Amino acid sequence: MTESESLQKTPLYDQHLAAGGRMVPFAGYSLPVQYTSLAQEHTAVRTKAGLFDVSHMGEVFITGPKAFDFVQNISCNDHSKLAIGRAQYTGLMYAQGTFVDDMLVHRMEENEFLLVVNAANRQKDVAYLQGLAEGVDGVVVEDRSDQWAQIAIQGPLAPEIVQALTSTDLSAIRYYRFVWGEVAGRRALIARTGYTGEDGFELYTTPEDAPTVWRALLAEGGPKGLVPAGLGARDTLRFESGMCLYGHEIDAETTPLEAGLGWIVKLAKGDFIGRDILEAQVENGTGRRLVGFEMIDRGIARNDHEVFLGETDKNSVGSVTSGTQSPTFGKALGMAYLPTDHTEIGSEFFVQIRSRRLRARVIRLPFYSRKK
Amino acid sequence: MSIPQDLLYTKSHEWVRVEGDSVVIGITHYAQDQLGEVVFVELPAVGDAVEAGEEMGTLESVKAVSEILAPLSGEVIEANEALEDSPDLVNKSPFDEGWLVKIKGSVEGMDLLDPQSYATLLEAEQH
Repeated sequence: MTESESLQKTPLYDQHLAAGGRMVPFAGYSLPVQYTSLAQEHTAVRTKAGLFDVSHMGEVFITGPKAFDFVQNISCNDHSKLAIGRAQYTGLMYAQGTFVDDMLVHRMEENEFLLVVNAANRQKDVAYLQGLAEGVDGVVVEDRSDQWAQIAIQGPLAPEIVQALTSTDLSAIRYYRFVWGEVAGRRALIARTGYTGEDGFELYTTPEDAPTVWRALLAEGGPKGLVPAGLGARDTLRFESGMCLYGHEIDAETTPLEAGLGWIVKLAKGDFIGRDILEAQVENGTGRRLVGFEMIDRGIARNDHEVFLGETDKNSVGSVTSGTQSPTFGKALGMAYLPTDHTEIGSEFFVQIRSRRLRARVIRLPFYSRKK
Repeated sequence: MSIPQDLLYTKSHEWVRVEGDSVVIGITHYAQDQLGEVVFVELPAVGDAVEAGEEMGTLESVKAVSEILAPLSGEVIEANEALEDSPDLVNKSPFDEGWLVKIKGSVEGMDLLDPQSYATLLEAEQH
């Protein structure tokens, strides 16, 4: 079997081909990295709107009378105030206080939670969750990813484009809230969430309905500047907005506190997996921390480039987790782990880019925040 | 996709143009399209000696880093300095303003394709 044959197709695969998408393998799926131009797609999302197929994301349901307790136990955030119709960002934790994954927790019903997880981690997450649920009465873990398609429409024009296709009052859906409604005549969970730093929605539909919704959004939004956007723009957009990506900023070796995600660590909620380690880190600090940086010398830092404190130091002190030429700012930016005593804004360090060791400077994260 | 008739091509999608005892090098329209918008170009310095088949610089898009391989051995006698401030010339004008370097040397013995053979190669890669 060749690689392309073993890749899964999302329900929107044919739409991507029709739009000229350049298909690449990603987390076991064939997905468009770009359609026309990464920079144009990126700019469209920042200034107008972009449409993303995120059907590869995993949808895992936790149900049963003990579902809430279970979710509280696996997550470092506190979901006790999470009402039905609201979502929260959190980490799925190992006992070491590190990330199995990062995810969005949606409260669908009193005893039903939808976890939206990374495609690349889906099988690992489900196995981990099912292992924890084994022998526990009152909680069921179910991977329903194949029953869902997901379309993200992101950018300042996203609300008016979606509003034209739904009778649901979108102005009533505030950030990180969701409702069931109809979009283009198809049932959809309409969530005001996203991974770009812009306003917008993530629309969950059945796989069968997804192409209709996708085409209707493009027909409605196209004349206003909506374009389909690929994985390339999705990555640069989340990067500029300082959002972590599993396998880059966060992984099984990093804790939320090291990654600058202290705001999702809620020790006061009581016991949960990994709490002891995180409590110790809150008290004593962490040895390293994630920073944002800009290049001083000419060059583009990339994922896995090593970082050094001195120009001639032999030992690296960390590595770049993500780095690229920022389409919005037109300069080379990156994120990296540095020793905590070297993370002050303005601190300088070096990035080894192939044969050259180039200067970089710590700057504030996120690089980009939209004006509200 | 445009393939100028007055140039010769490599299998790795560079083009070369012989000018007396030196050779101008760039990347093809197909190569720049595959790479995406070029945002950073690192070229060898004038006076550097480059070896055929060895990396002599890099082209970077937002998404990817691509090595520029020297199609021949020789001394770099000119580098396109305009690319430092306008790397997008590689996309906008790959066969002209987006040229990369001029190397003193000969294409003799190089495995080069004429425009027709290069067109056949592109056909094959796109299927």
